Amino acid sequence: MLHCESLTKTYASGGRELTVVKNISFSLEAGGFLAIVGPSGSGKTTLLGLLAGLDRPTSGSVTLDGDALDRLSEDARARIRGEKVGFVFQSFQLIPTLTALENVQVPLELRGMHGSERAGELLERVGLGGRGHHYPAQLSGGEQQRVALARAFSNRPKVLFADEPTGNLDARTGSTVVDLMGELNRDLGTTLVLVTHDPDLAGRARRTIRLADGAIVADSAPA
Amino acid sequence: MNAGFVIRMARREARASARRLLLLTAAITAGVAALVAINSFTDDLRLSVQQQARSLLGADLAISSQKEFSPSVRALLDTLGQTGLAQVTTFSAMAYTLGGSGARLVQVSGVTGSYPFYGEIVTQPDSAWRMLSRGPNTIVDPSLLGALGAQVGDSLAIGSARFVITGTVTRMPGDVGMRSALGPRVFIPGRYIPSTGLLAFGARVQREAFIRLAVGQEAQPIADRYREPLRAENARIRTVAESQQNLDNALGRLGRYLGLVALIALLLGGLGVASATHVFVRQKAETIAVLRCLGATAGDVFAIYVAQAAMMGLLGSLLGAAIGLGVQQVLPSVIASMLPFDVSSAPSWPAVAVGIGTGVWVAVVFALLPLLSARRIPPLAALRQDYEPETRSREPLRAPVLVLLAASVLGLSVLQAGSLRAGAGFAAGIGLSVGGLALAAWGLIRAVGRWFPHRWPYVWRQGLANLRRPANQTMAVVLSLGFGAFLLATLFLAQYNLLEELRLTGGPLRPNLIFFDIQPEQVEPVTRDIRAAGYPASAPVPIVPMRIQSIRGRPVAAIAADTAVRARQRRGGGGWALRREYRSTYRDTVVASEKVIAGRWWRPATSRTGAVPVSIEADVAADLGVHVGDEIVWDVQGVPVATRVANLRDVDWARFEPNFFAVFATGALERAPRSYVILTHTSDAAARGRLQRALAERYANVTSFDIAVVQEAVERLVSRVVLAIRFMALFSLATGAVVLAGAVSTSRYQRLRESALLKTLGASRRQVVQVVLAEYIALGLLASAAALVLAIGAGWALAHFLFEITFRLPLGQVAGLIAGTALLAVCIGAWGSIEVMRRTPLEVLRET
Repeated sequence: MLHCESLTKTYASGGRELTVVKNISFSLEAGGFLAIVGPSGSGKTTLLGLLAGLDRPTSGSVTLDGDALDRLSEDARARIRGEKVGFVFQSFQLIPTLTALENVQVPLELRGMHGSERAGELLERVGLGGRGHHYPAQLSGGEQQRVALARAFSNRPKVLFADEPTGNLDARTGSTVVDLMGELNRDLGTTLVLVTHDPDLAGRARRTIRLADGAIVADSAPA
Repeated sequence: MNAGFVIRMARREARASARRLLLLTAAITAGVAALVAINSFTDDLRLSVQQQARSLLGADLAISSQKEFSPSVRALLDTLGQTGLAQVTTFSAMAYTLGGSGARLVQVSGVTGSYPFYGEIVTQPDSAWRMLSRGPNTIVDPSLLGALGAQVGDSLAIGSARFVITGTVTRMPGDVGMRSALGPRVFIPGRYIPSTGLLAFGARVQREAFIRLAVGQEAQPIADRYREPLRAENARIRTVAESQQNLDNALGRLGRYLGLVALIALLLGGLGVASATHVFVRQKAETIAVLRCLGATAGDVFAIYVAQAAMMGLLGSLLGAAIGLGVQQVLPSVIASMLPFDVSSAPSWPAVAVGIGTGVWVAVVFALLPLLSARRIPPLAALRQDYEPETRSREPLRAPVLVLLAASVLGLSVLQAGSLRAGAGFAAGIGLSVGGLALAAWGLIRAVGRWFPHRWPYVWRQGLANLRRPANQTMAVVLSLGFGAFLLATLFLAQYNLLEELRLTGGPLRPNLIFFDIQPEQVEPVTRDIRAAGYPASAPVPIVPMRIQSIRGRPVAAIAADTAVRARQRRGGGGWALRREYRSTYRDTVVASEKVIAGRWWRPATSRTGAVPVSIEADVAADLGVHVGDEIVWDVQGVPVATRVANLRDVDWARFEPNFFAVFATGALERAPRSYVILTHTSDAAARGRLQRALAERYANVTSFDIAVVQEAVERLVSRVVLAIRFMALFSLATGAVVLAGAVSTSRYQRLRESALLKTLGASRRQVVQVVLAEYIALGLLASAAALVLAIGAGWALAHFLFEITFRLPLGQVAGLIAGTALLAVCIGAWGSIEVMRRTPLEVLRET
């Protein structure tokens, strides 16, 4: 489902080159659950961005469900994100000007569907059936992340990427969110890739990759 | 791209950012209001002209001449005027009341027949016009009563005749108010003209015959048929349609130029849109990144915000159009005093449509450039807030968008100005001034970075640093404030220079009272009388009326028939210069107001053989197509006088001195019928009145002209025009204020947080306020100084190229303008910071 080969990303920063991701290769099967862990600045988030096709690698390749992301144009990658990928962010990243329901609708509308029915079902599913007309600012952090989850699953993604999904939540709320993610992973067969600091959360993944200084230092299930 | 999604997102986004977008809307509103108001009003004017066309002329046809109508013209009048014929004979004369003390140059119109056939001359009392011809009555302009201290019922002396003032004219169709300010009108029954004894002296007389045609008779074919034969008799024929066309053109020009001032407001609003959009995109960066993560393409995102700009532009334009229709009701009171007819006010839907269309277009086009950066926000920014794309490659759409922007400004200007030249000049002027202001703002940002005053007190350093922080408002404030100040200063300088020129030409030692139409035998007694009253009298300047008979051997009529000359005539040159009556003089010296620019002045000669040397004014020479060395034969009241062009002169017409198109060498015209002009000077207005009166009584044919009266009239005209322009400029100011308020409020959040932090770190409220003031003092000083430099440039250009006068700079007033603008900036900054002072740090820090 997800495969990367010799993935390297270098940024020019303040006049010198900074290699954030160094020569990373691994594969993940469909329906897999991968946690990427490591200290701050180890390149976790950058790796996640590259895997999801949010940016182009300096060298190496990423294949997502048969599409070579590194060879596609930005607009083509956007289409793939819209069809095959879901996102959950640390800071929820709901669009503040849209209601909960409208936030969930966005990926569907981007594909030309109206989607308010499906969005309503998904909100029901994450336990926010009655809050569809509330704006993000009127929801608690946990509720916002549940809306974000509903949004991430609205387009039935092949892969869900999550960046520190519980980082801004207290332990109990975080646990609820992770349960939900696991449930969706099981029920829909969605591949999960998450970046986290949280050892508990990482422990629930079926595979863990540990990064340090942009390189893999440990992999619980070597490819 | 998914159109439905784009529209829905644009609408949802707009719903939630209403407050911020409102600014975008308001920036467009004032400009559209101004455009709709002035264009709709211009349409009103045209419609009114159309409806009142016949009453503007007062007849179906008018035939006019500066000469006595020839027998053939009179025969034609008898034929055409069977249904209705009226004549108005107009000449200048001195009028005074028997009881009063002053005398005033007036335009006397002797009326025979039932003029006007259409429309109505409104008098006070109502019956005065009808009763005019019943006896030696006269109806006068109200301004004459004021000038002479007379009232209805008094006796008015004109030449050797006496009339009873039976009423005043309050409204006369087709007559522009300004004319009466220069020479008040006096109407008398035509049969009393001979009794004044004034026409015997060969004074300038305008004769007009007004014809009413029978029902069903077409005026235009008659005019076309008789135009050429009448021209040969020095007479001119006009129809209602032609005079309507002339007025229509003049009104169109007035409307278009005021419309340009309105367009400034709209373009300034466009700048406001651009600056608000710039900030808006920065604030929306995260949302955009998330949308990109969810699969929206760069094109989708761009389309969402372009659609939003269009919606806001439409909203602002609709509001503006509504306000504009309201303003249209006010415009007549600002402009109508310059107009020769009543204006009925009705909304003009084409003007409304054009205004709304222009508003939306401006909103979208100005938003495009900053929105391009929305295309550049990468999806990765949703994961890493500090993320900046490392490739700073050029945006490929930037150049096309800039071209579109420039083309739009040019296109709108050309459309509004009605000519490519004027429109391009206007657009270039706008571009230059905006460019100059932008350059000043950019220079300030750079200068603060380069030469940061590290030793200055903390509050100043912090305030100055704010000028160049990320998302600073330096550009927006300098542009909006600076442009407003620039407009005002330019208007002020133009008005000041025009009026100053007049004041100086009438300066303390210059002649300010002119006596003319003095007959040769009156020169000596008139000079003696002026001197006896204790005033200086200039040497008499002879004036000989004449026409051109032939140039280089070709008769004028033949030249006028030339196709080439006809083409020039259409542009407003040739024909008039060929046919007009010239009032020339003879002398052997060059006077102060003249400069020879081609050829040489002649030496005085005791006896001359062959052609007489003549000097021609340069502009007239160009119209006539004559050069140094050409031969011109003049018809001096029946006697041909051959001359050779010795030189061409530039004449400073602004000086109130007897200036001439043609100056002859002495020795040729001394025996021709001529009159003289004598100038004098006295600074006492009452004394001038007494002198005018005394000479008017003694020499009925001698007319006189008080320059102060002309000056007052011109000042009134200038201030009316300036009032109209200023009124339109108000919209630009309103727009500038909106843009400023926008800049202040978009930086409000940043400011709130920043000052909360400062307070947390121990800054007093006083210090926080000082930081803000430091920033705005710098902004205000820069904006006003840059505006001033530009305004001086524009003022100089106007004075030099358009008015052709010397540019003067009133330093004191200009300094006041700078201080005022800076103060305004500080007030706006302080107003925007009230909340900063009111709220506690904790409140703010918890919130964000």
